[in-house]
Amino acid sequence: MPQQRVVLKNCDVIDPKRIDSYLEKDGFKALAKVRHEMAPEQVTGEIKASGLRGRGGAGFPCGIKWEGARTAPGENKYVIGNADEGEVGTFKDRYILEKDPFTLIEGMLIAGYAIGAGQGYIYLRAEYHYLLDHLQNAIEQVKQKGLMDGFGLEIREGTGAYICGEESALMDSIEGKRSEARYRPPFPTTSGLWGQPTIINNVETLMNIPPIILNGAGWFSQIGTERSKGTKVFSVSGDVERPGVYEMVLGSPLRELVEGLAMAKNVRLVQIGGATGRLLPYAQMDTPLAFEAVLGAGAVTVYNQSRDVIDIVRRTMEFLAEESCGKCTPCRQGTEVMVEILDKFQKGEGSRKEMQNLEDLSSAMMLSSLCGLGQAAPNAVMDSLQHFRDDYEKRVAK
Amino acid sequence: MAGKEVIITRPEDRSDLVVRLKEAQRRYGYVPEEVMAALAESLTIPIHEVYGVASFYSFLSTRPLGRNVIRVCKSLPCYLKSAEMIMQAVEKELGIGPGETTPDGRFTFELTNCIGLCDHAPAMLINQDPHVDLTPKKIKQVLGAYK
Repeated sequence: MPQQRVVLKNCDVIDPKRIDSYLEKDGFKALAKVRHEMAPEQVTGEIKASGLRGRGGAGFPCGIKWEGARTAPGENKYVIGNADEGEVGTFKDRYILEKDPFTLIEGMLIAGYAIGAGQGYIYLRAEYHYLLDHLQNAIEQVKQKGLMDGFGLEIREGTGAYICGEESALMDSIEGKRSEARYRPPFPTTSGLWGQPTIINNVETLMNIPPIILNGAGWFSQIGTERSKGTKVFSVSGDVERPGVYEMVLGSPLRELVEGLAMAKNVRLVQIGGATGRLLPYAQMDTPLAFEAVLGAGAVTVYNQSRDVIDIVRRTMEFLAEESCGKCTPCRQGTEVMVEILDKFQKGEGSRKEMQNLEDLSSAMMLSSLCGLGQAAPNAVMDSLQHFRDDYEKRVAK
Repeated sequence: MAGKEVIITRPEDRSDLVVRLKEAQRRYGYVPEEVMAALAESLTIPIHEVYGVASFYSFLSTRPLGRNVIRVCKSLPCYLKSAEMIMQAVEKELGIGPGETTPDGRFTFELTNCIGLCDHAPAMLINQDPHVDLTPKKIKQVLGAYK
C-alpha cells in the first residue's frame, strides 16, 4: 500500500506563516461548508460515518466522542487540541504544527461548531515553546480574516509532564493542578474541563477533519482497512538511514515503512508506540500498521542487531517510572519495581523467579492501573519476555 | 516578601496557579518559597497544594537554577545516536554533572526525557531553544552563545 497525503497534504505546499497560501489550497472551505450547509448533528454524523479513530494512541472513534459531547447538557463546552506529544520517539505533531497550523485550527473550529463549544485550547507541550509564536501568528491571522465566529481559541502551554498527554491529566493541568489521571466515569464528553462537556483530540485527528468534511465520509472510509480508516503519520527514528515523518495508508506493512522508506538495515526489533508501545521482532516485519495490529501514536523506533533488548526495556521502564504521575499504586510502584528487576538482569544477576515476578506484576498493572500509562507500561516487558526470552535467560545468575 | 514581588491573583483564579508558578520560574529562575506562600494566601488554598503543583512539573524548580538551563535528551532515540557522548562533552566543558549548576550560576545541566527531536538526534534544549544533530565538537560553540 502506498504513501498517501491526507494529513500532510499542505506540508511544504503552503507557507505556514501566510493564511492566504492556505486559502488558495481550499483552506476554510470545510468550515464554510459546515457553517452554511450542515447542522451540528450532520457534522458529527459525517465524522462517525468516516470511521475516523483517534490518532493519539488510544484509537477511540472520533465521531462517537463528538456525539457524546454534542448531546451532553452543559452551558460551556470545550474543544482541546492535544499537542502534548510526549511519547518517546514521537515528533509528528511538531512537524505538523510547524508546516500547517491552519488545518489544525480549521479542524478545531469545525469541532467547536459540531459540539456547540465556544472555547478551544491548543495544549502545547513545554518542550515545543519555540513553536508558540508561530502558532499564535496563525491564530491571529484566522481571527483577522473574521473566521472565528465568536469561538475563542487560546494556546495553553504545558510545563513538562509526559502524563499530560493523557486526556484527564491534561485537563487537570489546564485547571492549574498537578496533572494526575482522573477516575472515570464521568468521561470528559460529559464532565471534562471545569466539569463541562469537553472533547480532547490529538493534533493529527483534528487534521483529518477538514478533508473528511470536504470530500465526504465515503471517500475517507475507502482508505485503509476495515477497522482502521484513513492514513497515519509515523515518526521514524533510531537505527535508520532516513529518520523522519512519513504518512501511510493504514494497514501498510511495517516493512514498507522501516526498510522501504526509512531504509533501515540489519533490524533486530522495532518499538511501535514509544514507551507504552509494543516490541516487534524482525520476524514480524510484515505486520500491518493498523489499530487491529500495532499502531499507538505512530512512533517507530528501530533497533539494529547490535542493540541489547534488556537495555532497551530497562530504559523504557525507567522513563515510565519517572513519568508516572504517582496517583495509583500499581503504576507508581510497579514501574519502580520493574526498573529494579531489570537492573539485576542487566548486571547478569537475574533469576527465573524474577522473570515470573515481571509477568505477575505486568498482569496486575494492566488490570488495576488508573490510566493508559500504567495499563500499557508493561508492554515492552511482556513483549520482550515473549520474543527475546533468551536475552533474559542469558542474564540469569549462574 | 524578601524583595520578591508578589504575583497577585484572586481566589477564583485557581486555574491560573500553574501559569503564575511559571511566571515566577521565568522571573527568578525558580519558584521561591515566598512566592508559593503568597500564592497560597491569595488563592486561599493550603501551601502544600501549591508546593505539590510546583514540585510536580519538570519545567518548574523549587531550588534556584542557573541563568541557562541545558536539557540533554536521554530517551532511547537520542541514546541510540550516542547522546552519552553529548552529556560527557557538556560535563567536560562546564565541569559539572547532571543535576548541578556551575559556581558562577551561568548554567544548570539537566537530563530530560524525549523532547520530540528524534529525527535530529542527539538533541537538547537550552532554555527554550532546540539544538539538534549534535556532536561533541559542537558543544563548546553552542554553549558559548549563552552568557
